[in-house]
Amino acid sequence: MDNKILFKPGHTACAGCAQSLAARLVIEAAGSNTIIANNTGCLEVFSTKFPDSAWNVPWIHSLFENCAAVASGIEAALIYLGKKDATNVIAQAGDGGTADIGLQALSGMLERGHDILYICYDNEAYMNTGVQRSGLTPFYTNTTTSPISARFPGNLRPKKPMPEIANAHGIPYVATASAGFPQDIQRKVKKALSIKGPKYMQIHVPCPLGWRHESGQTLAVAKLAVETGLYPLIEYENGKLSGARKFAQLKPVEEYLKAQGRFKHLLGDPESIKQIQAIADNNILKYNLKAEAQKSD
Amino acid sequence: MKEFLEGSRAIAEVVKLCKPGVISAYPITPQTHIVEELASMVANGELSAQFVNVESEHSAASVVLGAQATGVRTFTATSSQGLFYMMEVLFNIAGMRLPLVLTCANRAISAPINIWNDQQDSISLRDSGWIQLYAENIQESADLHLIAYRLSEDKSIMLPTMVCMDGFILTHGMEAVDMPKQEEVDKFLPPYKPLYKLDTAEPLSMGLLADPDYYMETRFAIQETFKSLLKAIPQVNAEFKGVFGRDYGDGLVEEYYTKDAQKVIVAMGSVCGTIKEVVDAQRAKGKKVGLLKVISYRPFPYARVYDILKDVPRVAVLDKAVSLGAYAPLAVEVKAAFSGKQKAPRVVSSFVAGLGGRDITLESIKEIFLKLTQKEASLEFIDLKPELLTEEYGQ
Amino acid sequence: MFGPLIVKPAKSKGSKTGSWRVKLRPEFLKKNCIGCKLCISVCPEACIQGKDKETIKINYEYCKGCGLCSVICPKSDILMLEEESKGDKK
Repeated sequence: MDNKILFKPGHTACAGCAQSLAARLVIEAAGSNTIIANNTGCLEVFSTKFPDSAWNVPWIHSLFENCAAVASGIEAALIYLGKKDATNVIAQAGDGGTADIGLQALSGMLERGHDILYICYDNEAYMNTGVQRSGLTPFYTNTTTSPISARFPGNLRPKKPMPEIANAHGIPYVATASAGFPQDIQRKVKKALSIKGPKYMQIHVPCPLGWRHESGQTLAVAKLAVETGLYPLIEYENGKLSGARKFAQLKPVEEYLKAQGRFKHLLGDPESIKQIQAIADNNILKYNLKAEAQKSD
Repeated sequence: MKEFLEGSRAIAEVVKLCKPGVISAYPITPQTHIVEELASMVANGELSAQFVNVESEHSAASVVLGAQATGVRTFTATSSQGLFYMMEVLFNIAGMRLPLVLTCANRAISAPINIWNDQQDSISLRDSGWIQLYAENIQESADLHLIAYRLSEDKSIMLPTMVCMDGFILTHGMEAVDMPKQEEVDKFLPPYKPLYKLDTAEPLSMGLLADPDYYMETRFAIQETFKSLLKAIPQVNAEFKGVFGRDYGDGLVEEYYTKDAQKVIVAMGSVCGTIKEVVDAQRAKGKKVGLLKVISYRPFPYARVYDILKDVPRVAVLDKAVSLGAYAPLAVEVKAAFSGKQKAPRVVSSFVAGLGGRDITLESIKEIFLKLTQKEASLEFIDLKPELLTEEYGQ
Repeated sequence: MFGPLIVKPAKSKGSKTGSWRVKLRPEFLKKNCIGCKLCISVCPEACIQGKDKETIKINYEYCKGCGLCSVICPKSDILMLEEESKGDKK
């Protein structure tokens, strides 16, 4: 790790913002030999408002949906200049910039085989514009464009399976991570950067404002998402599931839901909670998240 | 040495001589031949560049943006819908002061879909902060690319240039072209030295959020640069003449028998060739007619246009694009050149022709000269088919 | 040339986000600290620095008072105190 501070204090993220934490962990793990292309979104706005920038690495923002393509151009230029082997290229965006408006550019970047690590900071809605629903907003979430009413229990669709979509491109490394597990983020960034080719990482980053929890609870909420099976921490290497964080005892999803205002409307509604539990149960089966009983126990 | 070349081939050859490090493009007619040629030059080792095949024009523009920001000369080309799909990236490139060069093979805009030539695509991007240069023929198209790189990369300019050449007419037409030698190009266009770049040795951030305290000055600065381009374009053209021998005057406009003319047509692009032919024929009959060819639409050379046309009694402006609901785009600029001035033509008539690839024939041009009477035409479409206009939907 | 809005890191001072703290601020008691540096690793502001338990220090000019360090501390050695209570803001 560099001694230099690569992501400096003085940025204007909300107190307790997990995206700012994750962004710092990512660049500290990547090191100073890194160039970042950033989509429009919270991270861009709170870290680079002229005349300030939190970044102590080369950093560029162009538009909402094109960081994967801008990073592709950076990578091509580095190859032309003979500097690619000494330089990491990271493209980073929020969930809307990745799964919705930026999906085409991302798919192109993955398909073309650029040596780039793409990072999606997933706070599960368009937070920068005021908590609107995105393709990565979970089932039954209350957002400003999937509001609850007598007729609607919030967002009516499950999360778009971005890690699987990325993996389907046949790329060498795909991983999910969570702000609740900071060392795991850094381990996966380092691993990703040791692999040549396109890599996709999706980091779950609670947003105190949009998820409606206390700023000090950010990491606890993030952990609960993982510990319930709603946000499994998995890795794909060369197309195959190669890792999943397992738990001896997975927690009921209600513990996660009741920690956040965005799910408050579900608490008196066992049927809805059952449906969300089914999503977690499906993940637990699919990724085998339940740890075998330890022999030494 | 002159070679008989397709327009697209000539552009590819001249771009090769400019040695771009990264090329990215997405297929769209009639631009494709240019990038096909460049792809094969990269494939066979003639050109040492990274050629990035992208999934859209939006990404093509974004790739060259990223590469240029990393300190490498780049190239892209597009047309019509592709240019529109690039639009937000193009504004972005200009705002970030990245000096890249794009060829626009001018083509009509959908709907109805139409792959043939007019200039609606690039004209619609007139406010993007890109320098826009319009070519009359293949030689000029090729030469304007050299001028474009040289202008854009000038440290006092740092704005992108769009070289506009009429689709099919110039991209697919054949012409004897005087191709420059590599030594000449190297003399005229030094290697690209960026003012700033993404470099781990010296980190910087670019593309920042500017609040109301800062945004307006960024636009003012570009506007000021466009003013200085009115001096820079003639200088670069003078140097161009010195190295390559070809003379485009001041590079802003070309005058063709305007000095004593009673009637002048103002136009841009390949139609100027047709107009010159008509002017020659009419001059042979003693009629005092002329052409003012606008090369630089952005910056628009108001002062030059005023000086040239102020004593011409009748002026016709020929547009190959429209601004629906308003006067035609070139006509608006020409008229503005006389606003608040002492002198002005008695008549400045506006004609629209050639939309969606409809031929502008010698007869069309003669008709425009004939229509240049005492009565000003505020906006008249030439070569319309009135019989089509009587047809109705749903019948 | 004004326009590209290029910022070099050395030129960027950042906002003094410490003024955002309205209710609580973290107080490092340094009684039970084991120097695990978890507080450093989870600070979204990167405003906790230090090599070991003696040198770990919080920069109140930037600390927004989110409380993540207090929650993560395995020894409950970081307390969230009322802004008005004893102890200097520095």
